[in-house]
Amino acid sequence: MQAADTVAEPLFTGPEWTFELLETARDAIEDIALNDLGLDVYPNQIEIISAEQMLDAYSCVGLPLMYQHWSFGKHFARDETLYRTGRQGLAYEIVINSNPCISYNMEENTMAMQTLVMAHAAFGHNHFFKNNYLFQQWTDAAGIHDYLAFAKNYIAACEERYGLTAVEEILDAAHALQSQGVFRYGRPPKPTSEELAAMQKVREGYESGQSVLDLWTDATMGQDKLEEIRDEPFSARRKLMNLPQENLLYFLEKHSPVLEPWQCEILRIVRMLAQYLYPQKQTKVMNEGCATFVHYYIINKLFEQGRLTEGAYMEMMHSHTNVVLQPEYDDPRYSGMNPYALGFAMMQDIRRICEAPTDEDREWFPDFAGDPDWRRVMRDAWANYRDESFIQQFLSPHLIRKFKLFTLADDADQSHLLVSQIHNRQGYRSVRRDLAHSYDLAYLEPDIQVTDANLKGDRELKLTHTVRDGIHLSEENKDEVLKHLRRLWGYDVSLEAVDAGT
Amino acid sequence: MHHFIDRRANPKGKSLGNRQRFLKRARESIKERVDKSVKEKSIKDGGGVPAEGEKVTIPTRGLKEPRFHHSSKGGRRRHVLPGNKEFIVGDTLKRPQGGAGEGGKQASEDGEGADEFSFTLTRDEYLEILFDGLELPDLVEKATVETETIGTRRAGLTTAGTPNNLNLVRTMRNSLGRRIALQRPSVRSIAELKEQIAELEALTERTEAQDKILEELLHRMEVLERKRRVVGYIDPLDLRYDTHVPEKIRNSRAVVFCLMDVSGSMQEREKDLAKRFFMLLHLFLARSYEHTELVFVRHTHHAQEVDEETFFYARETGGTIVSTALDKMKEIIDERYPPDEWNIYGAQASDGENFGNDSARCKALLLEDLLPVCQYYAYVEIVDENAEMLLSNPEAGEDLWQNYRQVKAQASHFEMQRVSQPAHIYPIFREFFLPKAKGAQNAGG
Repeated sequence: MQAADTVAEPLFTGPEWTFELLETARDAIEDIALNDLGLDVYPNQIEIISAEQMLDAYSCVGLPLMYQHWSFGKHFARDETLYRTGRQGLAYEIVINSNPCISYNMEENTMAMQTLVMAHAAFGHNHFFKNNYLFQQWTDAAGIHDYLAFAKNYIAACEERYGLTAVEEILDAAHALQSQGVFRYGRPPKPTSEELAAMQKVREGYESGQSVLDLWTDATMGQDKLEEIRDEPFSARRKLMNLPQENLLYFLEKHSPVLEPWQCEILRIVRMLAQYLYPQKQTKVMNEGCATFVHYYIINKLFEQGRLTEGAYMEMMHSHTNVVLQPEYDDPRYSGMNPYALGFAMMQDIRRICEAPTDEDREWFPDFAGDPDWRRVMRDAWANYRDESFIQQFLSPHLIRKFKLFTLADDADQSHLLVSQIHNRQGYRSVRRDLAHSYDLAYLEPDIQVTDANLKGDRELKLTHTVRDGIHLSEENKDEVLKHLRRLWGYDVSLEAVDAGT
Repeated sequence: MHHFIDRRANPKGKSLGNRQRFLKRARESIKERVDKSVKEKSIKDGGGVPAEGEKVTIPTRGLKEPRFHHSSKGGRRRHVLPGNKEFIVGDTLKRPQGGAGEGGKQASEDGEGADEFSFTLTRDEYLEILFDGLELPDLVEKATVETETIGTRRAGLTTAGTPNNLNLVRTMRNSLGRRIALQRPSVRSIAELKEQIAELEALTERTEAQDKILEELLHRMEVLERKRRVVGYIDPLDLRYDTHVPEKIRNSRAVVFCLMDVSGSMQEREKDLAKRFFMLLHLFLARSYEHTELVFVRHTHHAQEVDEETFFYARETGGTIVSTALDKMKEIIDERYPPDEWNIYGAQASDGENFGNDSARCKALLLEDLLPVCQYYAYVEIVDENAEMLLSNPEAGEDLWQNYRQVKAQASHFEMQRVSQPAHIYPIFREFFLPKAKGAQNAGG
């Protein structure tokens, strides 16, 4: 591509960045993001941090504030060693789903990289967080900072009062059940009026500087319900305890006969954070696809306007190309589908289908093939889908051919793997369905639910694992998780496997 | 709305608390590895711990974060892969070992897949774990009589003081500010005025107008000069003096005497064991004192003070008279290390061979001259690799050992042990420095 003959000066010329240059570049990016692409973003708070601080942020699942736990220290120790010995680079950026939208840029980046990173994170990811329905419905971008601060202080206060070991025991157990600590389908039951009152007390406690802990221990967090449940028959129990219940942490928090109120609150904290992060797990392809598409569009636009030097443009393109590389299945570098590659390719493809549709595209995508406003089509896609449904709706035969996708069927009863579909006319729909399926977390993560807990009888907690396609739980670690579960429940726990077909 | 925030000046180490929790949890495993690494460490590398820290690899047991996962084997699955080249529907492939495609990926994402976990301990963390539970004998007692000197520390500026404490920069800065504020006439403006006056006065005949100007100029001159007198170049108000406050400076210093027999019977193996012992002692003391010195004394039938290199790597031949080394140590203490200023430690390594009845003299030297001024004295006897009998029976031994046993009976800050292989060093070192029961304090002699 050739730079247009415009009078525009390059935004910057050297590799060194300054706050003035960042400001100038950001303004130029914002102009394109808002006025050309029509993005809608939270206010940006861009923070420049050192490599050391990036490592800190890494180890705490990228959140700006986090309670303390040894596993974050473990990840820090490992990441730090890998980084110092040069075996692992650091991410160029971290971005947080919050309002204002916080993104971290590393001081080591060149000015060209800072520009790329701002376009990618501060506008691409930011727009996605603000507009995708999952984030809108399930996360509270404005409240997350306060909640994290509360969680950190609360757990620190618990450590002081009950000791590090007692808190660690609960956190370890809660972390083991993190993936089973989210509501996948329905919203959680509304808090009871007692709970709302207790939460209100906490807030007031903060303001008046009283001990948060005292208020919580005095609170009536669902402890009274136990008595009612005790003498109920099975069907009534199930109704009272919302059974079957997929959110194990929620169930334990509400019904464990042995947990103290402060322990329940810790479970709640772990559960809330798991739920907050859950939409990110569900939209990896889309989120990265959106951010990568946005940065790619913006840097090309800036280059066309003559506001990037050739050198800066080349540096950005080099980095972009690395990010969207998709090694083929027989390449030693292959480690599954690269969400950046797939996401970016799909975004580019949507634009292509709008601008230059083929007959095939018109047949497959009658709703938007040839739509003159590709920006709107794409914004709608970003807003209303998650990875699974997005691929199911938007993956085109064109892309299936481009990636040369094929489905390998692995049936344990057969001695060999079978190539069941390839990138041909007969295979498109199946390949697309199979790929979409592989992004469905409800399918990827084990489906384990509480089915009964007879508080009158032996108090055994009965869990059911619904086995689909004959895939059982891995034996490794299973007993460890069950031990943690037993600790939280206080009595026996059984886990039964039931085939989905029966 | 947007803003940039420079967070680089923020404290890093946000994960310090997490790291401490992690180390605490992994402590037993880490300790095992640290102990092992000391045993294996070659002293030729400088003997210590690298400044950038020590890499340790520990088993993940106790560090696992278990989760429910799907098994990677069994069942019916479909994997979508990119890059088909020649497959057509119906082709079959051999099942790869360990599950197809992404099978094992999820498990190892957390470091769970690997059996070992590698990371780097900082030097401080390493030493802390290395010396965990050890304490310096009599450290507390000595600390109370720790030498203290009175020093001074700068404590800002005052408006009164002695001329030798005058802070010229601050004083001149104040003076300049005041002169500007009060518009003190400059030397140049006065000089110009003088010139004009002189010019007019030099005229033999002045017009009336010129007389008037002169008069005016003289008046202005007078005003300026008065102002210069009132607004001084330096006013007492400008003066600033440095102040100093007296401060007690604690000197915690230690000297470690390393005494070693280097006669022919001390081979590489024996010296290597001794080295490990001295190395640990030095690392340990360096951690407790701001300043530690090492004195190396080697002996055959005569003793000499040498540098570290010579101490460990040169070899002498000749007879063995152990007391020469003790004499030398006493001499050096008298010359350079007054016991009221220094914490003195003795460490002696030998194979236990000594000349004639010299061992009795060693006993006397220790009890009368050295132990009263030493914080601690440790004797390590290096015996044959297969000297099971000596290792298991502390009562057996040659003349030197027997005499030292008598010393030990009289002085609780004297310790002795036997070693025959590197693995023994660290345990006995720990034993030397484990907290002793209170009351069993200093020498009886």
